Amino acid sequence: MSFPKTSRRPLAALALATAAAISLAGCAGASADAAAGSTTDAASATSLADFGTMADLEAAAKAEGKLNVIALPRTWANYGEVLDLFAQRYPEITITEQSPDASSAEEIQAAKANEGLDTAPDVFDLGLAVALQNTDRFAAYKVATFGDIPAALAEPSGLFVGDYGGYMSIGYDSARFPAPSSLSDLLKPAYKGAVAINGDPTQAGSAFAAVGVAAVQNGGTLDDFTPGIEFFGKLNAAGNFLKVDPTDATIASGETPVVFDWDYLNAAQTSAVPTWKTVVLPGTGYAGYYNQAINKDAPHPAAARLWQEFLYSDEVQNLWLKGGARPARMDAMTTAGTIDSALAAALPTAPSETVVPTEAQSTAAGTLLGQKWATAVQ
Amino acid sequence: MAVVNPLAPGRGARWVIGVGVGLLFAVPFAATVLFTLTPLPGGSGLSVDRWIALVDPANAAKYRPLWTGLGNSLTLAGVTVLLVLGLFTPTMVLVALAFPRLRRVFEFVALLPISLPAIVLVVGLTPLYLQIGRTLGTGAWTLAFAYGILVLPFAYRSIQASIDAIDVKTLSEAARTLGAGWGSVLLRVIVPNLRQGLLAAALISVAVVLGEFTIASLLNRQTLQTALIVVNKQDGYVAAIFTLLALALAFVLLLVIGRVGRIGVGRKTS
Amino acid sequence: MTVLDRVVAPAAPEPSAPAPRGAARPGWAWLGLLPFAAYVVLFLVVPTVVAVGSGFVNGHGSFTLDNLAALGDPLVLTAFGNSALVSLVTAVIGAVVGALVCWAMLGLPETGVVRTAVDAASGVLAQFGGVMLAFVLIAAIGAQGVVTVLLRQLTGISLYENGVWLYDLPGVMVAYLIFQVPLMVITFLPALAALKPQWVEAHLTLGGTPAGFWRHVGMPVLAPSFLASLLLLFANAFSSYATAAALASQGSQIVPLQIRTALTSETVLGRENLAGVLALGMIVVVAVVMGLYALVQRRAARWQS
Repeated sequence: MSFPKTSRRPLAALALATAAAISLAGCAGASADAAAGSTTDAASATSLADFGTMADLEAAAKAEGKLNVIALPRTWANYGEVLDLFAQRYPEITITEQSPDASSAEEIQAAKANEGLDTAPDVFDLGLAVALQNTDRFAAYKVATFGDIPAALAEPSGLFVGDYGGYMSIGYDSARFPAPSSLSDLLKPAYKGAVAINGDPTQAGSAFAAVGVAAVQNGGTLDDFTPGIEFFGKLNAAGNFLKVDPTDATIASGETPVVFDWDYLNAAQTSAVPTWKTVVLPGTGYAGYYNQAINKDAPHPAAARLWQEFLYSDEVQNLWLKGGARPARMDAMTTAGTIDSALAAALPTAPSETVVPTEAQSTAAGTLLGQKWATAVQ
Repeated sequence: MAVVNPLAPGRGARWVIGVGVGLLFAVPFAATVLFTLTPLPGGSGLSVDRWIALVDPANAAKYRPLWTGLGNSLTLAGVTVLLVLGLFTPTMVLVALAFPRLRRVFEFVALLPISLPAIVLVVGLTPLYLQIGRTLGTGAWTLAFAYGILVLPFAYRSIQASIDAIDVKTLSEAARTLGAGWGSVLLRVIVPNLRQGLLAAALISVAVVLGEFTIASLLNRQTLQTALIVVNKQDGYVAAIFTLLALALAFVLLLVIGRVGRIGVGRKTS
Repeated sequence: MTVLDRVVAPAAPEPSAPAPRGAARPGWAWLGLLPFAAYVVLFLVVPTVVAVGSGFVNGHGSFTLDNLAALGDPLVLTAFGNSALVSLVTAVIGAVVGALVCWAMLGLPETGVVRTAVDAASGVLAQFGGVMLAFVLIAAIGAQGVVTVLLRQLTGISLYENGVWLYDLPGVMVAYLIFQVPLMVITFLPALAALKPQWVEAHLTLGGTPAGFWRHVGMPVLAPSFLASLLLLFANAFSSYATAAALASQGSQIVPLQIRTALTSETVLGRENLAGVLALGMIVVVAVVMGLYALVQRRAARWQS
């Protein structure tokens, strides 16, 4: 009970503890700063140079250990092989595939709903309309091969960059139906109860594009989708229009034997239906490119940027080509001879003229569809 | 001792109804099984090749999300059932005993979750789950709070049907006058009489949790259904096979829960 | 509810009940409601208010009543009509068929194989839905479905002579029945099983007939539960959309699909706030149906006593 002795010991212990705490905090602060420093670096990196070399980027990504991707179905433009190759090359990075059925708008919503959490998506694969509207959510990043990408396909500062694209096409089971050589062929009784589009045009991008291609093939322009809506109205009246949503299963079972969809998606159906053929109608072709973007609040910024570098490498661009899509760097790679020429030759012939809708045209068409589509296909 | 229930239909009627309805429900699933037995390109007749391809070790990596999803879903099912049994049941008994006039309000509140499509509920749940993610973490188990709400209408209906069938007031008064505390009254007197309704509520809760997709998907959590969607994207046949397997799994699980929940039924206590 | 209640209830506040507990009971009882109330407010009321409230703000976040104009849009009104029709039809058919199945199961022992299996199957199917339910139906009665092809080959009858009705509202109704009937089974069976056989015996001993039993005792006792389950089935069908999205994919013919388009469309952007008013409309419809149900219940109760 000798007060002075016991009071000295706690005091000494306290002093020691405080000193230890300060020094530890100093160390922790330094490492936190270093970690925070590297995290801030990764999140604000705008090109590979900010990391140093590819090996530095890989190391930073591996340190993060995870990657959240969203809306990447495995059968979409051969994303399955792309994801597998990434997993094989970087086994330290665990890929979490979220919501493969999500639309571009849902990808942005997922980013908003998980802002700041580790479940937020790191990278997006978006349609043009949604990408243009949400540039404030992206982090600008120019991949090493940025120069190979046509200027029309990339946002100048690298906020979003076109990754692959294709033409609107008609896929059909050649064992049951003749090849359609023009749009009006589909109105014939041979196609009764057979033709479907991939979703509702007021909801899904590929169905919207189907109405678009019908519009331009029917003598209209992208400024006015009315001819397209009228075509589908006629198709419905003829009894040829199938209002079910075609999926891999319905195509495999033969329920939806003729489908309007992107050419790379139709190309993937041959594994289930060997007699499935894809035709891009000649004349005016409706093309669409999807766009890569990095989430500004990505929980794994280095992994996100590694993913981008990976996607724009020769090997993966050829994997997309294998899936039937036209990769963004296709022209440059063809010149350089790094494109897989056999796969390139297997693509459907590009029509003589290609149209891609602008933001204004897309918005106008969307409004028109909202007003006219439901009644046209009743 | 099997007592013939005079309310029940005769054997003939029972068979007609059973076979009739059973057939109607079996046909779609039989058709799906036939679909999964489609031979690989080049083959003919029926073949189990596609089923065998599932267990091919080369494909194992593709099914990895399923295991995570299944584990999460089972945990969620457990937590949700706890919520139903531990929170909903006592509250409903309390309302039956002490606040009979609140019943209408309770009914409306209980019906609200299925009056709205899940995508709308998620709009409201998103800011809430943002906060939950920041405090409790982003583990899938936190979805149980939202699932409890989804399960509320069905659980309410089942449990209320049982509560209406017994006279809770008399039972509780009798037990209280005999000296039981409220805990005993609830656990040893009332709950055994509610067994049928509680079991039905538990079954439907597990089924809802195993089958729920929208909220888990929009909140980016990994559950059985979100994993199934990822895995089903390989091809249509795999999708059909996994659908059947998931249904079979849920069926077996509910069967087990049903058997466990009925232990002690029919046993006469002296 | 029963005569017994009115005899017992006045006894409750008698001083013969344990006094200290009795005195503390009222406040204690309200406290008992608190956890549930907090849970419901936090996870149901607040999200509903937020979701519905989003219909009353515009894109910039300021209050507006403009979105309400959408409720007058003929397309939206048609969608409400379609939703109500589909929900009503599937609820009634589901309730009747489900009740029949429950009745058929009454005679079987509770721990028997059949009842456990049917319970489990009902639980599973009651929650089955979406793309795969649509496909399961398509595999059976789609244009290339097993049943359709068999029917055509064996009897020459073509199911889809006048167009494929499966991919329209009638098909959606058939698909909904696949989960409505099991839902009815699982929610109504506890009520039906609670009918005491002693009542039948008493009725018969007193000279009544089996049919008379159902008319005077069985139906009135079961009516509240039956109607409540019917209401549940209606609300369940009213808010379902994933199956309809896959099956009747064109035209957003029911309200939840309109909501889905407003919230998640890739092509018609900027209409998220519309979802809030549509949700409000849905709540109003369900509230109206609930009001009707409450009216019928009160009538039935009067007749019963």
